[in-house]
Formats: sequence, C-alpha cells, structure tokens
Amino acid sequence: MDTHAAHAPEAQGLDPHEASHPGPGLYIKIGVVLFVLTALEVAAYEVAHRPGALGTFLEPILVPVLLLLSAGKFALVAMYYMHLKQDSKLFSGLFVFPLIIAAVVIVSLIALFIYHYSYQRGML
Amino acid sequence: MTRDLLPTRTTEFSLSDHAHALHPPTATGLDNRKVAIWTFIGSECLFFASLISTYLIYKGRDTKGPTPDEILQIPLVTFGTALLLFSSLFVVLALNGAQRGNRKALIGWLAATIVCGIFFVSMQVYEFQHFMHEGLKLQTNLFGASFYTLTGFHGTHVTIGVIWLITVFITALRGKLPPERALNLEMAALYWHFVDVVWIVIFPVVYLMK
Repeated sequence: MDTHAAHAPEAQGLDPHEASHPGPGLYIKIGVVLFVLTALEVAAYEVAHRPGALGTFLEPILVPVLLLLSAGKFALVAMYYMHLKQDSKLFSGLFVFPLIIAAVVIVSLIALFIYHYSYQRGML
Repeated sequence: MTRDLLPTRTTEFSLSDHAHALHPPTATGLDNRKVAIWTFIGSECLFFASLISTYLIYKGRDTKGPTPDEILQIPLVTFGTALLLFSSLFVVLALNGAQRGNRKALIGWLAATIVCGIFFVSMQVYEFQHFMHEGLKLQTNLFGASFYTLTGFHGTHVTIGVIWLITVFITALRGKLPPERALNLEMAALYWHFVDVVWIVIFPVVYLMK
C-alpha cells in the first residue's frame, strides 16, 4: 500500500479546507504568543499603577495599549484557532459582519451616554 | 429548474467523499452545520456587545461601594485567563488529532481542555462567593448588577461549553469519533474558541481598566 496515498487528506476523510489547517507546531507558537500578550497586558496594568517615570508615561495610554493587545489576541484566535484564515470566506463574513455591528453598537452607546451625562451636568 | 442552478458535486463541492456520505450536497458546498454554528456565533457577538456596552456605560457611576478598585483580584483572574487561553490551544490540538485519526491525541488534549474549563468555572464560582462575602451582590450597586450579568453570562457559556466538550469526549472514548465525524468536535471547538475570545475582551475591559 502506498504510504503517501494513505496519508493524503482525502484518504483520511479530510475536507480540502481542513487539510490546509495549520499543524500543531504553529498552534503551539500561537499559544506562546497569546500567553506573552496576556503577560504584557498584566505587566502594563501593574506598571501604570506604580509610582515612577514609566508608570507616569504609561498611565494615560494604558487603555489604548490594552485594547491593542486584546485586539491582537482576538485576531490570532479567530484567524488560526478558529481557522478563518484558511476556511471559506462565508464563515469570515458570518463572523466579521456582526462583529462590526457589535463594535458600532458599543461605541454608539458609549458616545450617547457620554453626551447624556454631559448634558445633565450642563456641560453642553 | 432549481436543479440546474445547483452546482454539480464533481465540479464545485468541497466536501470530501467521507464527509459527503454523512451530509447531503449543499448549494454553498459547505456543511450546513458549520454555517449554522458560525451564524450562531455571529448572533452571540451582538449579545455580548450589549452586555459589554451596558457594563461600560455604568462604569464609575456607583453611589456606593464596593467599587471595582476595592474588590477585583487581578492575580486570580489572570490565572483563569491563562487557563482559558491554554484550553483554546488544547482543543485545537484535539481537533487536529481527530482530523488525522490520532485517537490518543484527541482524547488527551480534549481531557486537558475539559479540565481547564472546569478550573475556570471553579475560579469564577470562588470569585463570586468571595465578592458576595465582601458585600457585593447583584442589587448592591450598578457595578454589581453589570458585573455579575456580564461575567455570569460568560460563565454560563463556559459551563455549556464544558458540558458540550464532555459529550464529545464520551463519544471519542467510545470510538465513535472517526476523522469523517471530526466536524462534531470542530463545532464544539468553534464555540469554545468564541467563549475564549469573549473573555479576551472582558478581561482587560472589566479587570484591567478599573
């Protein structure tokens, strides 16, 4: 029996999309990156809340830094662990379109309530 | 007429022969179950967006404590976050094992995923008990109401995910999860990853942007 043929994706019942999924090596590398990004998030929080030059520098930019790190982790999990990078674009559409609406809802509601509270306090 | 509009199996369907035998041909060439789980995940994005925006709107508007600064514990939740991230890695390794017919990898990594999930839920139960003891209840203040609603719904999703993974694990133990049925695990894994990405947002928003 041809060993190569036996290990072909079709012989193992794999979908061609599944066959293009990354292997364990890449999954582990991404896992390490996710762990490092989480450690950076916590480190940024700790440094920003401590006295010192670095804390003073980091405190005003803490929220954007955390959002950036969080977005990076989100994208890595969605692209590689959820296989959106390799799978059909239809799945990406089904996920990304509601995600955009969700982001718009969050930003709009925050903006609306900031306006509302500012109006109540006579700041507008 | 309708038949003519549908693509023929030989030219456009991407399902493999084995998977094809388990699922009838579809107009998209994609398995309907996978389309369904992605649609569900899309709707869940909106669900959690409403909870996260409610939390953010009420943030810092409490008239009495305990406030987030006084009560939230970063080290414990960081440990829980790491567990959830590792569980995402473990479930994708289990899926890889299932798709390649590696039963040992499938069962081992799936068991590790379930253990991480159980630890995460236990961490959340402990945290909630601690907060209750400290005087933060659902009706105490705006923070209590929005915090318990957001993290409680997430915890419920994790619990459902753990139960789903346990059912898949039992199926795998019985030897009823061959490569052509790996989609059963893939759907549970997609749900599990979604629960993970929601926590990736909740963790900094609730715990680090106090």
